[in-house]
Amino acid sequence: MSRRFAWRLVLLVAGLVGVAIVLVVGLGALPHFGAVEHGYGVRAVAASLSHRTANVVGSLTFDQRAFDTMGEELIMFAAATSAVMLLRRMRDEEEDEAGLGYGPEDVVGALRLTGTAFLPITLLVGCYVVAHGHLTPGGGFQGGVVLATGIHLAYLAGDYRVLERLRPSSLLDIAESGAVAGYLAVGLVGMGLTGSFLTNWIPLGTFGDLPSAGTVPVLNGLVGIEVGSAMVLLVARFLDQALLIREEGDDG
Amino acid sequence: MNGLILLVLLVGLVVLSTATAFTREPGRQALVFGGYGLVLGVTMLALQAPDVALSQITVGAAIVPLIVLLTVLKCNRVLEEHRRAREEHR
Repeated sequence: MSRRFAWRLVLLVAGLVGVAIVLVVGLGALPHFGAVEHGYGVRAVAASLSHRTANVVGSLTFDQRAFDTMGEELIMFAAATSAVMLLRRMRDEEEDEAGLGYGPEDVVGALRLTGTAFLPITLLVGCYVVAHGHLTPGGGFQGGVVLATGIHLAYLAGDYRVLERLRPSSLLDIAESGAVAGYLAVGLVGMGLTGSFLTNWIPLGTFGDLPSAGTVPVLNGLVGIEVGSAMVLLVARFLDQALLIREEGDDG
Repeated sequence: MNGLILLVLLVGLVVLSTATAFTREPGRQALVFGGYGLVLGVTMLALQAPDVALSQITVGAAIVPLIVLLTVLKCNRVLEEHRRAREEHR
C-alpha cells in the first residue's frame, strides 16, 4: 500500500465518521416519524390558508418559495435545452425513414388498443393535474410530465406519424421559452406592484374555487407548459436518435 | 396496519434497489429501475405525499427508464453497424 493511498484512506475514514456523527446527532433532533406536529408544517399550512390555497404543497412551490421554483425551472430549461442540442442531427449523420422500423400494422392489437384508448384519457388527466395544482395534489411539473408521457402513447400504438403531428417541435420550442419568460414576467409585475419579486399579486378569490390562490395557478400553468414541452422535445430527440439518425453512407 | 404496509414497501425498496444495482445489463436494469421507481412512488403515497409520489412515478418509473432504453437501443444499433462494417472490410 503506497503512502498516498494510506493518506486517502485516513481522510475517507475521518470524513465518513464525521458525517456519521453529524447525521446521528441531527436525526435525534428530528420530529418523531409520522408525528402530527411539525414546526415547519404548521407554519406552512397557516401561510397557505392565508393566501386561500387549498393545496399546501402548491402554495409552498409557487407562492411561499416561488423563487426556488424559478431556479428549478431555469435548471430544467437549461438541462433540457443542452440535451436537445447535444442530440441534434450532426453533419455526418442522416435521417433514415426506413429506421422507423414499424407502423401500426406491426404492433400487437392489444398494445395498439391500449395506446389509442389511453392517449386521450392521459392527456385529459394531464390537463386536469396542471389546472388543479393549487387545489389537489399535483401541479405544473407532474401534469406536464403526464402530458409528455401521454403523447408518447401514440408511439406505443405504433403511429410515429401521429406522434409527429402531436408534437410540432418549433411550436413547443416557443411554448417552452415563452413559459419561462412568462414566469419571470409574473414575478416582475409583482415587483412593480408591491416592491417584492414573485409576490402573490393577483386577487386571491374564494378558497377552493378553480380561480383562487392568486398567482399560484398562473405560475403552475406556466411550469406545466414548460415542463411538458421540454419533456416532449427531450424524448423526441432520444426517439429520433434511436430510430432515425444514423451515420451517413451507411445503408445498414 | 399502516405500519405493516410501510414495512412491506420499505423492504420492497431495499430488495428492488439492490436488484437494480446487481442487474448488469443496462436494458434490463432500466426495467428493474422502473419497478423500483414505482414502489418508491407508492411508498411516498403511503407516507401521505401524493404530490412527490406523482412526480416520482412519472419521472422515475416512466421517463428515466424510457430514455435509458432508447439510449441502449441506439448504442446496440451503432455497435451492430460497426460490427457489420468490420466484417465487410474483411
